[in-house]
Amino acid sequence: MAQLSFGQAVNNALDLAMSMDESIFLAGEGIGVSIHYDPNMPSHGLLEKYGPKRVKDTPVSEAAIAGLAVGASCMGLRPVVEIMFLPFITLATDMLVNHAGKLRYLSGGKSTFPLTVRVKAGVNFAAGCQHSHNLEAWLAHSPGLKVVFPSTPEDAKGLLLSAIFDPNPVIVIEEMGLYWGKGEVPEGDYRVPIGKARIAMPGKDCTLVCYGGATVTALEAAAILSKENIFLEIIDLRSLVPLDRDCLLNSVKKTGRLVVLHDATKFGGFGAEIAAIVAEDAFKFLKAPIKRVAAPDIPVPFSPTQEKFYKPSARMVVDAVKSITG
Amino acid sequence: MEPQLNLVRLKTMYEKMVLIRKFEERIIELVQEQGRIPGMQILANGQEAVAVGIIESLNAEDVIVSNHRSHGHLLAKGADPKYLMAEIMGKSGGVNKGKSGTLHLAVPEVNALMTSTVVGAGPPLAAGAAFAQQYRDEPNITVVFFGDGAAAEGSVHEAMNLAALWKLPLLFVCENNCWAGAQSYSQHCSIGNIAQRGIAYDMPGEYVDGNDVEKVYDLAVSMTDYCRKGKGPALIEAKTYRMRGHGENDHQHYVDKEELVFWTKKCPIGNLKEKMLKEGLITEDELQVVETVSKAIVDEAVAFADESPFPYAEEALDDVWVK
Repeated sequence: MAQLSFGQAVNNALDLAMSMDESIFLAGEGIGVSIHYDPNMPSHGLLEKYGPKRVKDTPVSEAAIAGLAVGASCMGLRPVVEIMFLPFITLATDMLVNHAGKLRYLSGGKSTFPLTVRVKAGVNFAAGCQHSHNLEAWLAHSPGLKVVFPSTPEDAKGLLLSAIFDPNPVIVIEEMGLYWGKGEVPEGDYRVPIGKARIAMPGKDCTLVCYGGATVTALEAAAILSKENIFLEIIDLRSLVPLDRDCLLNSVKKTGRLVVLHDATKFGGFGAEIAAIVAEDAFKFLKAPIKRVAAPDIPVPFSPTQEKFYKPSARMVVDAVKSITG
Repeated sequence: MEPQLNLVRLKTMYEKMVLIRKFEERIIELVQEQGRIPGMQILANGQEAVAVGIIESLNAEDVIVSNHRSHGHLLAKGADPKYLMAEIMGKSGGVNKGKSGTLHLAVPEVNALMTSTVVGAGPPLAAGAAFAQQYRDEPNITVVFFGDGAAAEGSVHEAMNLAALWKLPLLFVCENNCWAGAQSYSQHCSIGNIAQRGIAYDMPGEYVDGNDVEKVYDLAVSMTDYCRKGKGPALIEAKTYRMRGHGENDHQHYVDKEELVFWTKKCPIGNLKEKMLKEGLITEDELQVVETVSKAIVDEAVAFADESPFPYAEEALDDVWVK
């Protein structure tokens, strides 16, 4: 075990993967030389170590970056490309949605696309809604793409290594606000299976489903509630697609209550899918209505007071849980 | 090149063009027999010289990326007509098990790596394929075919810039067939010759009479040679004409009939045939053999496709992921 920041854990995974497999290359805007010189940045130092053949700074061309990944992966390479911020993935969505996710299917299973797209997400950067916008539900709604969203340094490493060596296209969403936070990270080729959720905290009174940065909010809420003898079972999904339905349903069958939390907007959000699965498959175990805690259906606002208002808080989670456990 | 070898190549190119024409003419017949082929059929009738002339300049290991008007490219690259026809009919014996149909055919076994029907999507995909060739120090190149309509897509420009910047072994072939849907070239393109766009990316760009297979081949040889030498990408604009509608459900009500007559006279197959006869390069008997053989190949393809069953409905659930 080593104490690494989330960003260092991502860096460690990239470094290890590149040292293990020559067919892996990195490409993206500022992936080699970044405007940020910070060892907590995921690709820090990799250009110096692996050289410009394998660490490719690209033009500002998201469609070309994603197309590069799709084409090169079809030829047998394992591209790991970066789209700088999640809202910019709109510029790459044709390549991801219509090509990465569909070309294997269209080939009748002849072609494979072992590519990874890393993309940064986050709401609390005072950058406004064109840099902050959690679009994970869009990606999860596109067949053929796997979508993972880690919340700890350990999972950031383990999921990224699994993504890179997965024979299918995987989108890895990284919560920017977590880059600097440290945690224990296993050394060596450590992999977290894609499609397995993690019980971040066991509890008996109410299941709280979350992922990515919202997991931090969930843990804060659990600490508050435990003082009032309400014990949350926090499920950190880690992987949105494929989804660990068993973990979700088993927890709800135990607690009889469900709150879903995410930083994305509520309407049509990923939480709706979680709620629907539980309503379909574990309805008779529910002792109370399902609650969703999510952002209001507006673009992410800029002004600090409004941005804070936008992001779901621990207090909102506490209120939601109390409304169904009282 | 030895004159004899030249002649062999010319006859081969003629045979391939005839096969493509016969293959697509049969599709037209099948479309007219209601229910034989599901979905829209998009044909390259009149554009055979582009596919054949370009691909004749390639090695078997070279990769092509095609678009919705793909039959000619794939047949020229060596795809088996039987499996193509079965795929076009949505049969389980198709080259993609009926998952593609005519629109997204992938024949990786002949290095027809992928086909996208999203207009302008081919070039960034092809840049990825060419990058893999460069990354592995392969002597091979990638060729991407796209239309004059696609030339207006931002993705094409992103791919051209990236390919030129990284000196990727990628030949861009813009098949200018004068139409993007129902919009004529002058209605949708700001520039007289798309080949000139090469200047913007510091890559060679040349146009050629796309209905003259010899000229297409000659230009392709010099351009593929350039790409193969590691000098970077190149752009060919092959000027040709879309003799049929965008798809077979488009009856060209917006097309000037005189223009169609003009281009009918420029038929790449008819003109080559006349030339070869006039110059004594081929006999009427040989021509008849080409016709007969092509027809037999297409007959066999249709028979194979007819006999192949439709896939089980539940097989729709397969092939999304590598398990």
